[in-house]
Amino acid sequence: MSFDIRLPIGILFLALGLLLIAFGFVSDPAIYREHSLGVNINLAWGAVMAAFGALMTGLALTGRRGG
Amino acid sequence: MRLVPVDWVVLGLYVAFVLGIGWLVSRRTKSGEDFLLAGRSVPAWICGLAFISANLGAQEVIGMAASGAKYGIATAHFYWVGAIPAMVFVGLFMMQFYYGSKARSAPEYLRLRFDEKTRGFNAISFAVMTVFSSGISMYAMAKLIQTLHVLDAPFKQWGLPASSIFDAAILVSAVVVLIYIYLGGLKGAIYNEALQFFLIVAGFAPLVWLGLKAVGGWEGIKTQLGPAYVHAWRGLGHASTNPLGVDWFGLLMGLGFVLSFGYWCTDFLLVQRAMAADSMASARRTPLIAAALKMFFPFLVILPGLVAMSLTSGLVKPDGRLAAQPAGVHGTLDPVARAAAAPQSQAIIPVKVDPLTGKPALDKAGRPVLDYDLAAPNLLIRFFPSGMLGLGLTALLASFMSGMAGNVTAFNTVWTYDIYQAYIRKGASDGHYLMVARLATFFGVALSVGAAYLTTRFNNIMDLLQLVFAFINAPVFATFLLGMFWTRTTGHGAFTGLVAGTAAAAVHHGLTLPDGAVAGVKGGWLGAVAHVYPSEMAQNFYTAIFAWSVCFLVTIVVSLMTRRPDKAALEGLVYQLTPKVSEAHLPWWRRPVTWGLAVLAAVLALNLIFR
Repeated sequence: MSFDIRLPIGILFLALGLLLIAFGFVSDPAIYREHSLGVNINLAWGAVMAAFGALMTGLALTGRRGG
Repeated sequence: MRLVPVDWVVLGLYVAFVLGIGWLVSRRTKSGEDFLLAGRSVPAWICGLAFISANLGAQEVIGMAASGAKYGIATAHFYWVGAIPAMVFVGLFMMQFYYGSKARSAPEYLRLRFDEKTRGFNAISFAVMTVFSSGISMYAMAKLIQTLHVLDAPFKQWGLPASSIFDAAILVSAVVVLIYIYLGGLKGAIYNEALQFFLIVAGFAPLVWLGLKAVGGWEGIKTQLGPAYVHAWRGLGHASTNPLGVDWFGLLMGLGFVLSFGYWCTDFLLVQRAMAADSMASARRTPLIAAALKMFFPFLVILPGLVAMSLTSGLVKPDGRLAAQPAGVHGTLDPVARAAAAPQSQAIIPVKVDPLTGKPALDKAGRPVLDYDLAAPNLLIRFFPSGMLGLGLTALLASFMSGMAGNVTAFNTVWTYDIYQAYIRKGASDGHYLMVARLATFFGVALSVGAAYLTTRFNNIMDLLQLVFAFINAPVFATFLLGMFWTRTTGHGAFTGLVAGTAAAAVHHGLTLPDGAVAGVKGGWLGAVAHVYPSEMAQNFYTAIFAWSVCFLVTIVVSLMTRRPDKAALEGLVYQLTPKVSEAHLPWWRRPVTWGLAVLAAVLALNLIFR
């Protein structure tokens, strides 16, 4: 019985992505002016990571050869 | 810069997942073969990711940024010349012998092809080096955490002394890696390495993006730092005209051939991951997949160094004025001088401070030395707000853990099969070896911790290990090469060649010095100095060339003088006596040869673009 590593990777990235998105919403905008050139990097990159996580999870759940 | 709860949650999730994956894999780990060889069941793409990940330790991530800041894009040679060609070669030409022979490790291949003493030499030297390598990685990671001061506040809150941050970092990382390898063995390590690969990219890609935005892209870097930093091949005609201090021959033969092939083609840490693949084709594709990805890593790990250097030197104008102020000293300062003159509170790459005097450390010309190792970490702290900071630190931690896990799993296998089973107790049951392997995880990690603490007392250990690596890796490639492609090579030849090559490396190093260094760990310890090299890198590369050549020649000569090996025993171990790997049944776009050519074409293009 094989184990599909894409599932844990997908879930982790989804969780981290959502966490960063949520923090992006509740955090003080001043930290982005101070650090990331005014870009809400938590929101932006969180969204990218969540999308990647969703993709991996999807691939794992549809059972394509991978693990 | 302090860590807030969201950063801790990010870190916590990562740790929970790597431990969880270790546990999930442990439920399917029943035999020594499962534990040490991953049951030869892992798909190529995962092996490929693990191949890079295990190689990519925190030292490389930090070190490449440091080199990028110091030498510019020429640092990419370590990837484009110093890795890719070797990776393609091992995939297309050597993997079939590693995977196709019944060898369970690289040293075991040497026993099958040659004899016990050759295997022993390789196994023992590898086992020692890999444990030290692991320990030094751990040391570098713990030191970094300490230097970043991100744990100062929580430790104060918990009433713990700041000095214990170092110990805590070592303990925690050692325990986490120990647990998931003890549980999941090689497979657990490989799966986690795949995860760690994605995390490393996730942590560094946004940093590169923000950094480039801040400096005005590649053009901005060009303007700020000048041509020496943005050309990889310019000035390689002579050591004095390029930042690396080495000529093209030294670079191509020393780095591109000997050191690169010596590492990527024979280091069991890497080969082990390809040997875990689920088929011969997968095993051959593994290094190619890794090469395709590794090719682009300079943009992930070297660019931050260039960005950091740009930003720091950009704080001061070429005539010495602070970029923000109108009046100042006149003259034309180079990027290093400008960086050294920058207000230290804003400098991403600070001036190195001599810990004894508290004053700026100076090089032999009296110029302040920059602390390049802080380029990547400080860039992270500068551009990442809370949240992303947690992710960035987790990425650093992930890179360290994947490197350490690679070392520990390689140690486990070599210890269990090539040392314990070979010399201590043969013929025991598989269950017994599984137990030995699990125990080896414990003492492998313990020895690594020991090596880490040893490094705190003898800072030279890092330099020493670099050296030892070169001494051992340089000749060994000649051994494998002659073993796999020449039927006449004998065990006596191989062993004598290895010993001679290693000794030659030591002698060469003992009789030469890099310009400006004092005799000691940098060279010249045999008393006389026969030659002074323009830089440490040049000395390193030429030592490697010399060692390889001696090994190659001695192996050939002694082989011709000793009894020729029995042809029947060489089947599957040597090119001429192994049925050609047939790719005819695969469509052209799935053949490893096609992938290899594509990778080489791409790396050639990259070299041309950044020449």
